[in-house]
Amino acid sequence: MSQLADKQALSRATIRGDWKRARRPFTARGQRWLKPWAGVGGREFAGAKPLLLFALLALLALLLMLNLALGSASIPLEQIMTILLGGEADHLSWTNIVFKFRLPKTATAALAGMALGLSGLLMQTYFRNPLAEPFVLGVSSGASLGVALIVLTSGAVGGGLLAGLGLAGDLMLTAAAGAGAALTMTLVLLVAVRVQSSVTLLILGLMFGYFVGAMVSLLLYFALPERIQAYINWTFGSFSGVTTAQLPILAIFVFAGTLLSAALVKPLNALLLGEDYARSLGINLKRARIGIVLAIALLVSAVTAFCGPIAFIGIAVPHLSRGLLGSSDHRLLLPGTCLAGACVALCAAIIAELPGNNLVLPLNVVTAVLGAPVVMLVVLRHARGKS
Amino acid sequence: MTPPLETRDLAIGYRRRGKSDIRLGHGLNLRLQRGKLVGLLGPNGIGKSTLLRTLAGLQKPLAGRVFLAGDEVLRLKPHELARRLSMVLTAVPPPNLMNGYALVALGRHPHTDWLGRMTREDHRKVAAALRAVNGKELAERPVAELSDGQRQKLLLARALAQESEIMLLDEPTAYLDLPRKIETIALLKQLAQSQQRAILVSTHDLDLALRNCDSLWLMSAAGITSGAPEDLVLDGSLSATFRADGICFDQHRGGFFLDPPSGQAVCVTGEGEQAIWLRRALIRAGFALDDGPGRIEVSPYKNGNGPAWKLRIDERVTLHHTIEAILKKLESPL
Repeated sequence: MSQLADKQALSRATIRGDWKRARRPFTARGQRWLKPWAGVGGREFAGAKPLLLFALLALLALLLMLNLALGSASIPLEQIMTILLGGEADHLSWTNIVFKFRLPKTATAALAGMALGLSGLLMQTYFRNPLAEPFVLGVSSGASLGVALIVLTSGAVGGGLLAGLGLAGDLMLTAAAGAGAALTMTLVLLVAVRVQSSVTLLILGLMFGYFVGAMVSLLLYFALPERIQAYINWTFGSFSGVTTAQLPILAIFVFAGTLLSAALVKPLNALLLGEDYARSLGINLKRARIGIVLAIALLVSAVTAFCGPIAFIGIAVPHLSRGLLGSSDHRLLLPGTCLAGACVALCAAIIAELPGNNLVLPLNVVTAVLGAPVVMLVVLRHARGKS
Repeated sequence: MTPPLETRDLAIGYRRRGKSDIRLGHGLNLRLQRGKLVGLLGPNGIGKSTLLRTLAGLQKPLAGRVFLAGDEVLRLKPHELARRLSMVLTAVPPPNLMNGYALVALGRHPHTDWLGRMTREDHRKVAAALRAVNGKELAERPVAELSDGQRQKLLLARALAQESEIMLLDEPTAYLDLPRKIETIALLKQLAQSQQRAILVSTHDLDLALRNCDSLWLMSAAGITSGAPEDLVLDGSLSATFRADGICFDQHRGGFFLDPPSGQAVCVTGEGEQAIWLRRALIRAGFALDDGPGRIEVSPYKNGNGPAWKLRIDERVTLHHTIEAILKKLESPL
């Protein structure tokens, strides 16, 4: 009987031309879950360009291929495709080059760019400061201190480190940087729970950076010249130091941080109006703050440990994706920043290797040359906006 | 029926580590009612914003408790609190790449899913909120291009879209021009009545508050006095709250004025525009007005092609064509 009544109600709704609404009870929720992009056509996105995400995706694919194709040894593109698809290449060394060097380097660059861009976006939104970037909270300083302690003071494995980064040395450095970064993040987390204002947190992070910088300078002052060289090499930054075995660790950290950020889009959007408004809109500020700091920790500590303190990507990429997508909505900015970050890092990786040449430039030189103009532009635009 | 908002022995202020607390008010037993617009008045720095923040649960009270329909505000889950209470703050948030519609749509946050996706219902309510503040033309404009007043309007619409029973507004009229101020207060009053909301608005626009609020909370160092605006004027509470040297509340005119000047007495004869504006100019320049006949007397007259005044000091009479000239003559050593 009741089944009949249901059917009658359904058909009445259908007759009224309202069949979408009639079907909604058992489809709407599931459909919306599977379509995070649902509603992007709404008026709140007027003026934004969400379709540019597809352009970024295409650019990313192109840059990934370029990174695999370009290098000191010239390997034909179809051979690279064969190798990637598991086939036999004409030379065994080519397979080795692609799997042991180019693939890890390309993946590392993409992951690192994604992580740095994303953490920059989180920090700029949370601190409402266009110049905030991953290193402001002192995470990279913490990592640098860990690395400096190992490189500059250790006597036991000193030879290996000085010889130029054997696997044991690599692991040591990574572990030290990770420990330093994690320690800093724990400290920042502890402060973040208690301190009310984001400005205070920003200043504390800066001061922590200076403090750690002084400790590193002290270590450098008393260190042997060869060890200083090893430390400085790390600070130059590089995507090539990650082995196939280390890659999964980096990937897990970056994906965990990205997922956590995705869960934070609503608080992030509310935080655009400031902390008080975010709270009055029903955001659990304490939880959001811990989530943001944790996401930054996951993203930055792994990348810094594996690739060194890479500058400017974190600060420039969020501005770039905001400008491209024409929106401050994190539902667009999050994927946009991931894609743009990966693209920028892959570009930097190509430029650093100077195609057609055996010379390799320090990565931070390239990112600074790419990123500094963006920062200058932002500062100038702000100065103009105020006057 | 429990009131939508009620405080018991509330003490507000700031805690300082190792020093005594800054107390801005204590023993406050306040109550908002559905369908009523309440104005919060008080001099600068007396703690109006602190009170609003404490009522909204943004700040912990020093003592006492705040209840929203019987539930303590600090125990409510954030999104539950946001469905019951919305705010408009004095500070206008920094611009970013949002359009007006997106800013108002943020008000639907307590009602949307984890990604903040809007349903057709949400869109309808956002559009209605924009219509209510006369801000339809702001919907497509980037927020960065709008003036402070226009942004404040959108923030008010955002609070409306939040659909809460209680609304707390901290000087929502601060950046608006006079017609917009009147429009805003009238809108709040109409919202309170038609949708049975309880609205508390802090403001420095005394005249607007006196004319439109159902009751007033007068905040002074001694505490908060509440009552109908007219009662508070008649029993002298209003003038006591804002008492300052050289300024007094004129019970007849319903506003604050400088104390009567103590300069030389001038008698202005006649009525009409010329007399009225001359009196204002004399008060501004610090002269006292009397009904004469005294040492100084000014009488306006028409001189063919424009206004003119006849100025008599003792027995000497001079003619002037502008008020500026009269003031100059009076201020020169006699």
